[in-house]
Amino acid sequence: MMVDASRKAISDAPPSDADAARTMRLGTGTSLVILLLLLVAPLLVKNFIVFQLTTVLIYGIAILALNILTGGSGQFSLGQSAFYALGAYTSAILIEHAGVNYALTLPISGIVCFAAGFLFGLPALRLSGVYLALATFALAVATPQLLKLGALEPWTGGVQGLVVDKPDAPFGLPVSQDAWLYYFTLAIAVAIYIASVNLLSSRSGRAMMAIRDNEIAASAMGINVALYKTLTFGVSAAITGIAGGLGAIAVQFVAPDSFTIQLAIALFLGMVVGGVGWLPGSLVGAAFIVFIPNVAESISKGLSGAVFGVLLLVVIFLVPDGARQVAQACRSVIGRRKG
Amino acid sequence: MELLSNQILAGIATGAIYACMALALVMIYQAIGQLNFAQGEMAMFSTFMAWQMIHWGAPYWAAFVLTLMLSFAGGVVIERLLFRPLAKAPILTNLAGFLALFAIINSVAGLIWDFTIKPFPSPFGSSPFLGSRLVSTHQAGMIGVILLVLAVLFVFLRFTRMGLAMRAAAAQPESARLVGIDTNRMIALGWGMAAAVGAVAGMLIAPVVFLDPNMMGGVLIYGFAAAVLGGLSSPPGAVVGGFLVGIIENLVGTYVSGVGNELKLPIALALIVIVLVVKPSGLFGRQEIKRV
Repeated sequence: MMVDASRKAISDAPPSDADAARTMRLGTGTSLVILLLLLVAPLLVKNFIVFQLTTVLIYGIAILALNILTGGSGQFSLGQSAFYALGAYTSAILIEHAGVNYALTLPISGIVCFAAGFLFGLPALRLSGVYLALATFALAVATPQLLKLGALEPWTGGVQGLVVDKPDAPFGLPVSQDAWLYYFTLAIAVAIYIASVNLLSSRSGRAMMAIRDNEIAASAMGINVALYKTLTFGVSAAITGIAGGLGAIAVQFVAPDSFTIQLAIALFLGMVVGGVGWLPGSLVGAAFIVFIPNVAESISKGLSGAVFGVLLLVVIFLVPDGARQVAQACRSVIGRRKG
Repeated sequence: MELLSNQILAGIATGAIYACMALALVMIYQAIGQLNFAQGEMAMFSTFMAWQMIHWGAPYWAAFVLTLMLSFAGGVVIERLLFRPLAKAPILTNLAGFLALFAIINSVAGLIWDFTIKPFPSPFGSSPFLGSRLVSTHQAGMIGVILLVLAVLFVFLRFTRMGLAMRAAAAQPESARLVGIDTNRMIALGWGMAAAVGAVAGMLIAPVVFLDPNMMGGVLIYGFAAAVLGGLSSPPGAVVGGFLVGIIENLVGTYVSGVGNELKLPIALALIVIVLVVKPSGLFGRQEIKRV
């Protein structure tokens, strides 16, 4: 399964590169250029596009979370929409029913989702490969029905969902609500990205990757496989939950039917397009899943699925490592020019 | 008591559908070791083709048979074009391929036939069966047709040369190749048969759930639950699993308060997770042993 991909990634890396996490991120210079572009982007475009860019960042965080799970520890999940939904509902309920400040709801969503992910990770421990994909697929399919449960209706608003107020920029800053939300999301996304890169290059990250590459060898080296697998599930769910909370604030609305299997599939596809295990690819994947359906839908209604699917097939047949492969190709071309 | 027998009979009727879906899933799993997440959409597309033919004036059974043949061909084509090249690719790539197929079929069906809900005719009518209030003629006919399909498949796999070759290719691909079986052809055959069996399930459930591009979502999940319960490596197990899951679904829905219709999918989720955790090989499946 993942072994092939990772072995390839390892053999592609220059032999002197002892730091395995190096292949998972960009160099500092490139990162700063991208950050600069992200910082000035909202100044150049209309408010609606700023909102879309915010969505890209939010999905980028969710895909990053999936990337940690799949690229880091080699576990699959088609059920990320469940944790996204849990995070979104936690934030929405805290804001609307408890009057908590929106920024403070995000860590709470993260903690709630960490617990949920850790618990789901326990049975998932015994599953691998297609079985884990199946269990998480079922989780994603069941999520909307669980959210519609009559017993939870006083909090969740049932089928109707909940409306969330859009926050204003604080301290009277002269920026629009959309722009403020964009920078707020960007700050969180950058923090999560840096934390994830550090996590993956830490002792824990190496343990995860050892499990991904060979579970039996990893446990022989004294890695607590069960603990690290469930922890990774928990961390991934927590980050997805934060993305979900941000999503609820940005869209100003949560309802069960926003969190169907389609969302889980989109996140999974975003990861594949961006390149599994390559964290910067998450942003590329997110842009793919936000903009491609829009473009397709503007051509013909109902076409988005087909365009999505065909492009995905193109990716897996022609560039199986996604955006990572494209980036590597570019780098080698530039390298040849210089040399 | 009447409620109980009524629910069990209704469970057997829907269970027959799950058995078909599970069997289709198991056939592909046996052939290529992957779960076909697009199985439900393939069945849905077949059902739409049948609807179109009936709409154009074809008699029901002619449309039925023609749809089976087209679905078989469609299954073979999908295997040749899409999954043959991915045979050596990692699971993740295959998974992405199935999801792409899911999205494409769903969207194309919506483009051609619209996303509105359509009624689908039943050749059996819906009057009470033999004067009984327990089963409708459609449910009885559904069980009858599916038992017939299962019997034909059983005879094919058990008593024909090609059936034996298929089972050999699934059980021991390497050895099968060495004794001269064209395993690639067997894989394509498995895909074709899976598509046709799925089409049967789609056409028979459509009068109950109505026809629209998203009709198979719930059925697919129950098909997975059935396949897992019976054991992914055992076709007869999948059939038994299908009937069991149909009965369990109905009984839990009736007797456990607060479940009813609105929690049907979480029941399937619970079933899948419990079976995978407690007995991953299912009731009838082989234990998978990995070499270190």
